[in-house]
Amino acid sequence: MQLTLWTYEGPPHVGAMRVTAAMRGLHYVLHAPQGDTYADLLFTMIERRDTRPPVTYTTFQARDLGADTAELFKSAAREAYERFSPQAMIVGASCTAELLQDDPGGLARALDLPCPVIALELPAYQKKENWGASETFYRLVRGLAGARRDRPLRDRKSCNILGPTALGFRCRDDVREIEKLLATLGVDVNVVAPLGASPKDLTRLGDADFNVLLYPEIGLAAAQWLERAHGQPFTRSVPIGVGATRDFIAEVGRLAEIDPATALETNDSRLPWYSRSVDSTYLTGKRVFIFGDATHAIAAARIAQDELGFEVVGLGTYAREFARDVREAAARYGVDALVTDDYLDVEAKVAELQPELVLGTQMERHIAKRLGLPCAVISAPVHVQDFPARYSPHMGFEGANVIFDSWVHPLMMGLEEHLLTMFRDDAEFHDGAAPSHLGEEQEPRRPTSPAVVSDIVLAWADDAEKELKKIPFFVRGKARRNTEKFAAERGLATITVETLYDAKAHFAR
Amino acid sequence: MNALAPLSGLANGACDAAPVIQERGQREVFCGLTGIVWLHRKIQDAFFLVVGSRTCAHLIQSAAGVMIFAEPRFATAILEDRDLAGVADIDEELDAVVDRLLARRPEIKLLFLVGSCPSEVIKIDLSRAAARQSRQHAPRVRILSYSGSGIETTFTQGEDACLAALVPTLPPEPENASHSLLVVGALADIVEDQFARLFDVLGVAPVRFLPMRRAADLPPVGPNTSFLLAQPFLADTAHALQERGARLIEAPFPLGAEGTTLWLRAAAKAFGVSEARFDAVTSPARARAEQALAHYRDALAGKRVFLFPDSQLEPALARFLAREMAMRIVEIGTPYLHRRHMAPELDLLPKDAPIVEGQHVEKQLDRCRAASPDLVVCGLGLANPLEAEGFATKWSIELLFSPIQGYDQAGDLAELFARPLNRRARLEV
Ligand code: SF4
Ligand code: SF4
Repeated sequence: MQLTLWTYEGPPHVGAMRVTAAMRGLHYVLHAPQGDTYADLLFTMIERRDTRPPVTYTTFQARDLGADTAELFKSAAREAYERFSPQAMIVGASCTAELLQDDPGGLARALDLPCPVIALELPAYQKKENWGASETFYRLVRGLAGARRDRPLRDRKSCNILGPTALGFRCRDDVREIEKLLATLGVDVNVVAPLGASPKDLTRLGDADFNVLLYPEIGLAAAQWLERAHGQPFTRSVPIGVGATRDFIAEVGRLAEIDPATALETNDSRLPWYSRSVDSTYLTGKRVFIFGDATHAIAAARIAQDELGFEVVGLGTYAREFARDVREAAARYGVDALVTDDYLDVEAKVAELQPELVLGTQMERHIAKRLGLPCAVISAPVHVQDFPARYSPHMGFEGANVIFDSWVHPLMMGLEEHLLTMFRDDAEFHDGAAPSHLGEEQEPRRPTSPAVVSDIVLAWADDAEKELKKIPFFVRGKARRNTEKFAAERGLATITVETLYDAKAHFAR
Repeated sequence: MNALAPLSGLANGACDAAPVIQERGQREVFCGLTGIVWLHRKIQDAFFLVVGSRTCAHLIQSAAGVMIFAEPRFATAILEDRDLAGVADIDEELDAVVDRLLARRPEIKLLFLVGSCPSEVIKIDLSRAAARQSRQHAPRVRILSYSGSGIETTFTQGEDACLAALVPTLPPEPENASHSLLVVGALADIVEDQFARLFDVLGVAPVRFLPMRRAADLPPVGPNTSFLLAQPFLADTAHALQERGARLIEAPFPLGAEGTTLWLRAAAKAFGVSEARFDAVTSPARARAEQALAHYRDALAGKRVFLFPDSQLEPALARFLAREMAMRIVEIGTPYLHRRHMAPELDLLPKDAPIVEGQHVEKQLDRCRAASPDLVVCGLGLANPLEAEGFATKWSIELLFSPIQGYDQAGDLAELFARPLNRRARLEV
């Protein structure tokens, strides 16, 4: 039994829904009680989809349990076929139906529906959403891609793009950006899947020369199978950030046997120059905490350190399946990876590290808000605001531009930081005034769950309190926290001006 | 309790008014766990621990708008493989989770263990666990249990189950207690205060509310208690109160000026308040409500509305929309129709408005499309798809999360329905 306040991932059948909802011509019959239909609103509300996800729930009730829930499943499957006439169907059970052991796969086979039916076994009490999506995509690809065959003769190399789903972080725009990049390279895109693909499209997967794996959490199992069964190699670098995009281009060049020079030259990312521009000096060594799915977290760490000049003080993931990759990456930055799906652990870590910027999921956005820290979202789980109306990829060179803006904006801007210090006695910059980028927000609130747990009530001497007020307000909260932490660790009951400056010296970097 | 048990003969002849159609098929309704999202705001020192699956955890998180609250007063004890396989001792596991929770949150005074579909299917006895843990943690915390599972309850029935679990713990009213009024059903604090003031001026006293705002403020109950339902979905709670001797005051629900008047009047009558006094006390607020409603009537009058099943509020809402806003009712969906509690509403409904109990969502959508109403009241899973098809929609969930009861909210209630139409009229894209 695991105590959770918030979860990073839903159950595995929600992963299956993310694949199904991403595709066309596929229908999912889910053996589940009525409350599980809540999952529809993830798609219709968070992603603002204009259609319901193609899922039929059996919505059995207590009174059905004694009777025949299997019969209910069969009639739901039959009706769903008649109503939607899908090219293929997937069938499975949610956590409650799993306990009933009705065997949706067997029942569907007995119905002998005139379309391929793929049965999913998603163990709800062991696995989670990303695993469910990965397994679903793998089963679909395996079930529909057919046997290895000769590839059609073509002048240009062609690839499939694997991994984007519904409710994924920026998938829609990432795919567009990568398609553009591949076109520049002279590589054709055979099939993009699951996003936008139909079951029929999946039967053509084997025609491509190689695969571009954009979201390993979801597409890796399928890519590995295609490599074995169809002899298609796949890309390992995920093009998030300038460096990784260059690596990706080089890798595609190798797989497609073409010279990537032109694509590399047309690199129009502004990130490298913006990072070098004088205004970015203030970004130097900003301490950043990163948490998310493995792919986005690892990519973010590289960008943070190499492309923005931050210092990575924490790196972690909720995706245990990819824990090893994250541990390896963390070792490169000299930090211990935080691998957990317990929201409270992450919160405690952020409170302890007091980073200057948090890059995380919607959960970390909330943690950061509570602790008064700037934050940008880099990974699922997502919220309605992660589906912006504007074109906003995270991948490729345009993605790097988007990243520069969206990570730097929550921070104080360069000149502003200096001016605020210089003019801090000016009426306009009075104590209570918030920096412009924080809008209405006042001085960051002090964390309600302090990093320092101490029984001593720390008192500030009057002159120390006065001295503290002279510190620019946007770093005052941090100075206060650091000083209190410093005093608590030393068992000091009163904070004097001396303590304040001792602490400052102690925490100086 | 089985929400969908086929209904036997009617309790009284009241509902020959409208035809009631029973429908069966895929439902698009939340389970009772969702009630936690408003109940934990209401009982401010209570905590709700769902014993369930990752799906249940994901549901309440999604229903709570993906983290409105930094640290909410609800959580899930997620069942894992080892719990199902009997490797772990469920009692021990559950006790450990509760200990950890209470250590972390010392402010909790009342803890609800909330059953889910999985915990019911594998037959975890939460009431026994609650009794055991209560002994352990007394007197600091009381621990109760109820089911919010989707195989037993829909959306609002979670509140019913929660309040029904509280009823046996209410203290008995003292001997020779005077006649008291208990208002039952979670209302926004502001609405509760308005009603308390009105009852006070009417001379109806003492008046108490269930749920209470603080775990310790349990209202006493007994044969001298009369109770008034503020929400239509409280069948089990009403039954439990009657078991304790309390008497139900039958009335329509306090939605709109008319509903509020009838609801208050029923109570006033039970407490011997004269008609003259009642009119004198309520007429200023009533006039205010009428004035606010008039504001929206032009926008709504004559418009056709289709209500999907969601909260059991639907017949009362339809009554308000038909009678006070002059709307035309195409269909009233409701997940369950408690005929006795709804009888005063059904009496007032237009005779030709079909009531559909249960749901077959695809067929209902077909009917809705065929009827092409001006406004559709539905859950969040259907709203955007229907908007994309060109329908104006009102999310039903707002009708539970916003204060809509009473005179001073009558205008707000109307505004909830008028806004989608207003918005459509403004947009040029
Ligand atoms: S319907 Fe059942 S399994 Fe699903 S969320 Fe509700 S209680 Fe949990
Ligand atoms: S903001 Fe989020 S939670 Fe709120 S309605 Fe929109 S999608 Fe749902």
